[in-house]
Amino acid sequence: MFNRGTELLELCNEENKKISDIVIEKEMKATGMTREELIKIMGETLNVMKTSATEALDKEVKSLSGLTGGNSKKVQDYTKKGKTLSGVFINSAMAKAFSTSEVNASMGKIVAAPTAGASGILPSAMLSAQEKLELSDDDLIKGLFTAAGVGEIIAKNATISGAEGGCQAECGAAAAMAAAAIVEMAGGSPKSSLDAAGFALSNIMGLVCDPIAGLVEYPCALRNASGVVNALISADMALAHVQSIVPFDEVVEAMYEVGKALPETLRETGLGGLAGTETGKMCSKKIFG
Amino acid sequence: MKEYSTFDILGPIMIGPSSSHTAGAVRLGKISKQIAGQGFYEVEFILHGSFAMTYKGHGTDRALIAGILGMNPDDERIVHSFDIAKENNINIVFSASDLGYQHPNTVKILFKYEDKEDFYVIGSSIGGGNIIITNINGNELEMNGNKPTILLKYLDRKGVISEISSILAKDQLNIATMKVTRDKDIATMVCELDDNINSSIVDKISTIDKILYVKSINPIVR
Repeated sequence: MFNRGTELLELCNEENKKISDIVIEKEMKATGMTREELIKIMGETLNVMKTSATEALDKEVKSLSGLTGGNSKKVQDYTKKGKTLSGVFINSAMAKAFSTSEVNASMGKIVAAPTAGASGILPSAMLSAQEKLELSDDDLIKGLFTAAGVGEIIAKNATISGAEGGCQAECGAAAAMAAAAIVEMAGGSPKSSLDAAGFALSNIMGLVCDPIAGLVEYPCALRNASGVVNALISADMALAHVQSIVPFDEVVEAMYEVGKALPETLRETGLGGLAGTETGKMCSKKIFG
Repeated sequence: MKEYSTFDILGPIMIGPSSSHTAGAVRLGKISKQIAGQGFYEVEFILHGSFAMTYKGHGTDRALIAGILGMNPDDERIVHSFDIAKENNINIVFSASDLGYQHPNTVKILFKYEDKEDFYVIGSSIGGGNIIITNINGNELEMNGNKPTILLKYLDRKGVISEISSILAKDQLNIATMKVTRDKDIATMVCELDDNINSSIVDKISTIDKILYVKSINPIVR
């Protein structure tokens, strides 16, 4: 059992195990399921992620409200042209994150990871890492357990709900989970995984939840696209051993404190931030009358 | 500190866009149908609060209909549920109303039958796809549908609870929680079990003297 990052690291160090091993063993104890059963469910989870992250790359997927859609294909087409600022890898990752967000907004099938609003980040991060690091599906499945373990710590000690903690709690948590998984899959230590998670949360601390018309669309999809980039660079920072001064557990506490300090208008009410702009209000009026 | 499992964090696998406004709405619809029973020709959804304000953009309407058609939150047909209801000759009505002091994501689902009286269920989607049923035909109660549940209404008299628990024990069913409330002489029981319930248990319980209503609800995937 572990409630905090320090406890998770102790378990890893005592038994010389990866975070994914500790999470799988904890889950076996908690549910009575076998390792094989857990791996099988996670395999199904990965399959849903793969489909959602690629479905909108080459076909325009429109949201139910009609407000958004088609950005995954736009970024993918732009990437294919070859001349970009941030390169094929980063642009492809953004396109995949957009894809899941667009599938979600069109009433397609996704995995809440940890929420539907932030569901684009982890699938894109996993698929991007698979391409770059030449990983097998089994590697990704193990990585998803690492991601879940980090998500559990954030959910227990802070929140993963935008209504409670703003976007930092949803897209921040998703990026932190993804960053930790990538580091483990790239061969980094458990401590580096938690450093990466801490970086991802630190990079966007204070990010508000201000969806136009209260719908999981705009700027949610943008923040999934930038969220996967946050996850990738946070993993790189940790693998480069960039100095991490505030430990992961304290970053999580700080995120929670910041979230509670946010006014209600910036916590998923569709009132403040971009939702409260003239255009945001106009869009809302158009959809709901 | 609340416990989370791996698949609470990486899950549910669901149809978007919102765990509370879509996935939770499917579960509310499905559990209400199980409580009310088959054979309805019309269903009216009376939406309250945030459900009433934003149901169209989140597909809450399609999700609720999918639920009363028996779909799960990960069913890709949810988006077509209006058409599927029509194919099944079920008339669908949506309205908005202030249902009083309730969670913002609350719906009253009114089932209409040719051969019996209207039946209604009130429930709320309380976040992350979790739900709570708070009222059945005017009887206030609390059930979340996460465990196999037996719902009972009976004229209160001595010994009913022991008769029920002995039926359950004979079939090796373990009671997880049991809550009984009483309005005048009518008692309402919500009994959660550790194992799934089969219909023979319901048949046995319904033979107990003075039972007015008994229904079993097995959990709906999240």
